[in-house]
Amino acid sequence: MNIMALFNALPGSVAQGLIWGVMAIGVYITFKILDFADLTVDGSITTGGAVAVMMMLSGQNVYVALIAATVAGMLAGMVTGLFHVALGIPGILAGILTQLGLYSINMRIMGKSNQAISVDNYDLILSLRDIPRAIIISAIFCVALIVFLYWFFGTEMGRGFRATGNNEKMARAQGINTNHMKIIGLMLSNGLVGLAGGLYAQYQGNADVNMGRGAIVIGLAAVIIGGVVFEKVFHNFALRLVGVVGGAILYFVVIAVVLWLGLETTDMKLISSLIVALFLAVPHLKGKYAASHVKRGGGKNA
Amino acid sequence: MLELKNIYKTFNPGSVNEKRALNGVNLTLEDGDFVTIIGGNGAGKSTMLNAIAGTWPIDSGSVIIDGMDITKLPEHKRAAYLGRVFQDPMNGTAADMEIEENLAVAKRRGQTRTLRWGITKKEREEYVELLKVLDLGLETRLRAKVGLLSGGQRQALTLLMATLKKPKLLLLDEHTAALDPKTAAKVLEISDKIIAENNLTALMVTHNMKDAIAHGNRLIMMWDGKIILDIKGEEKKNLTVDDLLQQFTIASGKEFANDRALLG
Repeated sequence: MNIMALFNALPGSVAQGLIWGVMAIGVYITFKILDFADLTVDGSITTGGAVAVMMMLSGQNVYVALIAATVAGMLAGMVTGLFHVALGIPGILAGILTQLGLYSINMRIMGKSNQAISVDNYDLILSLRDIPRAIIISAIFCVALIVFLYWFFGTEMGRGFRATGNNEKMARAQGINTNHMKIIGLMLSNGLVGLAGGLYAQYQGNADVNMGRGAIVIGLAAVIIGGVVFEKVFHNFALRLVGVVGGAILYFVVIAVVLWLGLETTDMKLISSLIVALFLAVPHLKGKYAASHVKRGGGKNA
Repeated sequence: MLELKNIYKTFNPGSVNEKRALNGVNLTLEDGDFVTIIGGNGAGKSTMLNAIAGTWPIDSGSVIIDGMDITKLPEHKRAAYLGRVFQDPMNGTAADMEIEENLAVAKRRGQTRTLRWGITKKEREEYVELLKVLDLGLETRLRAKVGLLSGGQRQALTLLMATLKKPKLLLLDEHTAALDPKTAAKVLEISDKIIAENNLTALMVTHNMKDAIAHGNRLIMMWDGKIILDIKGEEKKNLTVDDLLQQFTIASGKEFANDRALLG
């Protein structure tokens, strides 16, 4: 095994990690802040990719295409929110229903299961053909998002949002419309996921109807790895989000190592599942065996 | 200021678990009334508070505050008029948020939450002063996560949050029941103080007959989803636990069977 092959693969892992970091920040908003396991993302990341590629193929500017991808993701999030809040469908199921429905919508958007877009003919902002540039561009997106979210979650509305995820009963008693907050959260989250889809489609040079399969697991992997690895260092909210992006990068580095060790690309879903299961289990097992550290109920580690 | 008219509520109607929880509740409060509510398990005390707060819709009847019919308003809209403290200290605060953030969220009860920054410097100073009054050492820990506080500290903080923006009505739902006796006494003392200083109208559910007698200017006893006793003024001042038990037997035709209330 040639160690240089691994080193050569690493910049690509970093670029992918940064792009998926945008998506993982979206997952962090629902999973950690809102305490809502949202499975919409498997569909909405594809929707974002599909919308961005089709817009660019029809001659739109890349930034317009990315904004459209974000809006499409937000709409998907809104549907899940309405399923849950207005129709009383349990959160996980609401996400699954939207995700399933989005498959058909994504096919309608693209017309076929795969639409290629070449960096040679279109003015893409990032591509795997120029990895240093892809790293810089996606890092800029991550930083801008973290700054924006740091501001948002410090506002009156943002704090009301966090209270909703932390203790819904308290939030309602303090006059917060928790239903609205959940819908806003799902829209914000899926908007970011759609944006990530638009970036990732450019990076790989196509939008594919299956590009979102297992996306939630990658997002969760990033959030959880980021949490476990950086929890001792990062306490500030903005730094926690940096940790999430770091988690996404670590995830793709691990994948690169596993591939380098000789496993097939198709084995990746299994590896991903196991990685997420492992990291999800860590806090649980820690709590189980560290009986001396008893935390009173009501608190969740955000 | 508060009027409850003929309120009925049945949980799980039509099932084997059907429970008629409120069975025609009528109550009128005057401004500044501090009413203690007593009754056995399942008498409808907490259910009545939840009916006022709008936790779920009632089957029939109406809830009126200061002449406004709020029966149809959702819980978060009624919150504009109500301060609430729950039995479980975990329920009233957001554990992962800081003390000052919890206060800031409570300070904006009943207001539209905008995209302005969530805590101002000025209100932070106000919080320090208010926390000093609690005398629990919280005034130096504004940035501490509420999850790190003890149950009593959290209840005292919840009380402060419930009254930070003056409510038309304060609802205390057995807010000392989960605390040890010493802490419970301290939280009750703080409650008395806050209610008196702000001249609040309050409803306080308690399991403890002595507390019910010692606090407030009016006492009501519930049984089987109804108010069966309503004692105020001089009569309330001279009340003893024995009187209460006797009156309960007369009103309900049953012995008062609740060890917790007797032991308290």
